Amino acid sequence: MHFFWKRLLGTIPSLIGVVLVTFLLSHALPGDPAAYFAGPAANATSIAEVRAKLGLDRSLPVQFLHYADDLRQGNLGNSLTTGQPVLSDLIERLPASIELTFFALAFAVVAALPLGVWAATRPDSIVDHSCRALVSIGAAFPTFFIGLLFVYLFYFLFDIAPQPLGRLNEILYTAPPRITGAYTIDSILAGEWGVLRASLAQLILPSVSLGMFALAPIARITRAAMLQALGSDFIRTARASGLPTRKILINYAFRNALLPVTNVLGMVFSFLLGGSVLIEQVYGWQGVGAYAVTAVISSDYAAVQGFVLTMAFLYVMLNLVIDLLATAIDPRVRFES
Amino acid sequence: MNTLARNAAHAFGENRLTLVAVVILALLVLCAIFGPSLAPYDPLMTDGAARLVPPSAAHPFGTDALGRDILSRVIVAARLDLGMAVAAALLSFVGGLALGAIAGYFGGWPDRIISRVMDTIMAFPLFVLAMGIVAALGNSVLNVIVATVIINLPFYCRFARSEVNVRREMGYVEAARMGGNTALPVLVTYIVPNILPPMMVQVSLNMGWAILNAAGLSFIGLGVRPPTPEWGIMVSEGASFIISGEWWTFVFPGAALVLAVFCFNLLGDGLRDLLDPKRRT
Repeated sequence: MHFFWKRLLGTIPSLIGVVLVTFLLSHALPGDPAAYFAGPAANATSIAEVRAKLGLDRSLPVQFLHYADDLRQGNLGNSLTTGQPVLSDLIERLPASIELTFFALAFAVVAALPLGVWAATRPDSIVDHSCRALVSIGAAFPTFFIGLLFVYLFYFLFDIAPQPLGRLNEILYTAPPRITGAYTIDSILAGEWGVLRASLAQLILPSVSLGMFALAPIARITRAAMLQALGSDFIRTARASGLPTRKILINYAFRNALLPVTNVLGMVFSFLLGGSVLIEQVYGWQGVGAYAVTAVISSDYAAVQGFVLTMAFLYVMLNLVIDLLATAIDPRVRFES
Repeated sequence: MNTLARNAAHAFGENRLTLVAVVILALLVLCAIFGPSLAPYDPLMTDGAARLVPPSAAHPFGTDALGRDILSRVIVAARLDLGMAVAAALLSFVGGLALGAIAGYFGGWPDRIISRVMDTIMAFPLFVLAMGIVAALGNSVLNVIVATVIINLPFYCRFARSEVNVRREMGYVEAARMGGNTALPVLVTYIVPNILPPMMVQVSLNMGWAILNAAGLSFIGLGVRPPTPEWGIMVSEGASFIISGEWWTFVFPGAALVLAVFCFNLLGDGLRDLLDPKRRT
């Protein structure tokens, strides 16, 4: 428990850093933001007025404190494109992105762990070579290109995937009543099995294409960690004692290989959260990534800033979870730090 | 030198793929340098009569919605794509090496400040941070490079920091200090040359990622503007023709991206085998 609180406190500097960077980003804007917000018809006095209204006439540290205070009250400003508060825009779209990222991670883990273990048990076999090939290919394909290839193959050519336009075919189905915002969970809660099936069908291609890029590092680390574990003395002892292979593989080797795998998850989440932006763009997914792309293109700074802040916050929290998971898996971690 | 040659022979003999990667690299560099004269057509020339023509003898990669020859565009784009990635990788290499060397050699408060800044960069999902940086600094190719440099900096910096840290108490460094050298000459003439080989491996492994990152940014409309030929933006332009089956519009520029990234990843692996045979996986 002591470790938990210490680690939780450890996120505070990261969060302060994140807030500071997003603040600085908004001040790196090209040109004079006051002139920008005052509009093209503004003169010197109206620009000065806007400047005072936005607080841009005060010193940077004072502006930062105001910014931090706004954040504390959940005020991320208003989006220029939707006209809504950025916070409510993000809250509305975040479940869609989290759902997509979760399914992508699930796919990557479910595919990569057995693959890595299998490759490690038969080094230099055909399985091992295909694992390495898959890892190199997965690492070389841009996420958006995989997404588009899948659309071409499975929607256009084989016609087995639904139209890649969003989270649900709105003509045939209506979205389930919003509880969590994730269609799969909400449709289960509402008992609408048809909607569940339809939303899962929409999820498959985007999450697999997003997961492909995460698959490579997980499979590579699993393979390497398993090879190392299988080569160590305690495995030799276990083998010599005549334990069944299954038990040696799962209880002895895999348990020990899990720590490096957990540690690589931080990097994997960085990929997934970044890649989700591209995948949402490809599949017309109504998540925060697609929202941010529109915002970036139309110079909607408050929205971009809110998006970057939200993703960073999410990422810091995910890293916290990963660290806690690592100590649950291997208590030695607690004493090293 | 003899061992290096033997390692090279071994790395190439053992892993034919490294040889393939060298050939692809040569091809890419050729396109990047002589692209405009190699391309059969003007990459910007539109042809209303030859819109969305499938691959044929006249247009091996087909044409796009404006009748521009995709092969020519893919070839000419190599310069911009590789240029952005090389510039970003080299700048983050130099910057990361300098910052990491300072942090690792001096320790104390320079180390604390530099490490904290790097930790803060790493607290963001990196592609998201790159989007934020380009949005803030302005939508241009230069700022895409700046963003890529910033998100790559921590990897080089941390690597250089730990390598310098290990070496600063070593006998030959102590000897150099005894000989009256101040910090800068010790770092530049004694320590940095020793950490260059592993850093070069890092650069090569990093290049592929830099390409993916820059292409991802241009895919969502940042940096490069149409009609400039660039692989990421070409994929994005071709994406709208998928549902009508004009696959060549996005497949060829995408394949060029894959080939380039694949090539640099293989080279990185090969280089690592060459310089550091112990770290093979």
